[in-house]
Amino acid sequence: MDTIQNLLKEITYSPGISILEMSYLIASILFILGLKKLSHPDTARNGNLWAASGMTLAILFTILFHRTRTADGSYEGIHNIGWIIAALIIGSVIGWVAARKVKMTAMPQMVSLFNGMGGACAALISLMEFPGMQSRLAGMQATSMLNGEALAILLGLMIGGVSFAGSMIAFGKLDERIGDVKSPVLRYINLSFLFLLVAFVVFIMAARPVEGETWMIYTLAGLALIYGVTFVMPIGGADMPVVISLLNSFTGVAAAMGGFLYNNQAMLTGGILVGSSGTILTILMCKAMNRSLLNVIIGAFGGSTAGASQTGDKTVKEISLSDAAVLLNYSQKVLVVPGYGLAVAQAQHLCHELENLLGSRGVELKYGIHPVAGRMPGHMNVLLAEADVAYEKLQEMEDANNDIGTIDVVIVIGANDVVNPAAEKDPSSPIAGMPVIRVWEAKNTIVMKRSMAKGYAAIENNLFFMPKTRMLFGDAKQTLQKLIAEIKNL
Amino acid sequence: MDDVLKFFIEYREAVFIIILSIFLGIEVISHVPSVLHTPLMSGANAIHGVVIIGAIIVMGHADNVLSMILGFIAVVLGTLNVVGGFVVTDRMLEMFKKKVNKK
Repeated sequence: MDTIQNLLKEITYSPGISILEMSYLIASILFILGLKKLSHPDTARNGNLWAASGMTLAILFTILFHRTRTADGSYEGIHNIGWIIAALIIGSVIGWVAARKVKMTAMPQMVSLFNGMGGACAALISLMEFPGMQSRLAGMQATSMLNGEALAILLGLMIGGVSFAGSMIAFGKLDERIGDVKSPVLRYINLSFLFLLVAFVVFIMAARPVEGETWMIYTLAGLALIYGVTFVMPIGGADMPVVISLLNSFTGVAAAMGGFLYNNQAMLTGGILVGSSGTILTILMCKAMNRSLLNVIIGAFGGSTAGASQTGDKTVKEISLSDAAVLLNYSQKVLVVPGYGLAVAQAQHLCHELENLLGSRGVELKYGIHPVAGRMPGHMNVLLAEADVAYEKLQEMEDANNDIGTIDVVIVIGANDVVNPAAEKDPSSPIAGMPVIRVWEAKNTIVMKRSMAKGYAAIENNLFFMPKTRMLFGDAKQTLQKLIAEIKNL
Repeated sequence: MDDVLKFFIEYREAVFIIILSIFLGIEVISHVPSVLHTPLMSGANAIHGVVIIGAIIVMGHADNVLSMILGFIAVVLGTLNVVGGFVVTDRMLEMFKKKVNKK
């Protein structure tokens, strides 16, 4: 009961604290409304601004009005304000420039990088609060092992560390600096590390380290970092968006642990909100790819030899640029299925040009967007929107599949796995069951590709060997440029 | 068992906030179209940058060089998360805005 009474005593009224708590309430409301608005296309941008203003409010009022209770019961404001402002300015400038400069195609790794920063921030807070916690624990007479502050610090460190290390690996993989490491052994290493981490947290809670004994917290930090690496390492590149989303919700939980520690409602609501919505978002993403979360984490994707064995004797048919131009020019309906290759080649603007050119010749061109085209769900929509492609021209996968029989020519640009018939026809394929755009049901298919290399899931695509398919090899941008020139000459 | 009961009564407010926020988070984004998955993830990413408040508090009562340095790094990283997150999200959504206007 002592602690409860202490808790009650701690709530002392002062105008500053009251204003601070009110600002946190407003910030929390802005976060919630911002997130709500972010989930509708019309209000999304406003929602982002609302959340950002809530954040600014919370940061500003924390600097101005936050008071910490010291050992003798008096209240202290925030010190080192000069340093804090300097750090805020440095972070803002770097963050702003990085976010402005990054190419739209590199967006997913940028999000991952920022997510890692948040995780590292949460882990650092725990590292710094640990010594203080030790002295508090020592002063406490209660025998309760379940000390909320201690738990929050340890979990904050653990989750923040995993999120940081994991995000860095995800960043490296998306940026193609780190390859996939696939080994069944890793699965067991992972599980044992996870077990070790949890056991170590319990151990620290039970052992109640006395002041000065800091090796435990650094060991925990080290374990969390290693687990973060081994957790993401075996996961296939195509699943990276799901992992980033998952790590995103991890960081949310780590932030909430900070809120628990400081009894700070803005951090608590903000963190948990992201934690739960991030988890739901992760599950929604998995559904869009028809994969279970467990499957993603265990990392069954890619590396499989299914289908690869039967390719040896197959040949692909190429199409010349002029034939392709004629074919397109005399079609009624054309569907473009873009993939990451289009994004890499920065060919979205040329796509739009082709669309206008064919439009002037009476050919209707639409885009069939697979939910996970590009590197993240919705990534392709963003890229095409950047090139001024009208919203009505973008067809979702279901609509595209419904009309596919009436399409004269499908142009697949830099996409592979999302148009792979194996997903529907070969139950042994690693992508079996993933919804795909059934381009092989159209009257003709032209596949623009740089080479016969496999897609992100690293599996063979039988579409390329089908009788109605013609290949047009080359860089998407150059090929489109030449194709547009050919059509203009007709 | 006694520990758990004590824990609950001691932190009941936080526990309530956590549980209710979980439901809120699920409810708020459950009908998001897949087009918005990436911006939404990025926006949520910026919101968990709220952890910066903790960094400011810890920096605010740092009294030795090591914790000053760590605190400084924490504030810089937190700001990166917040500012970078919101700006990237805004850039993505800027493009959606154009489409909406055209409608």
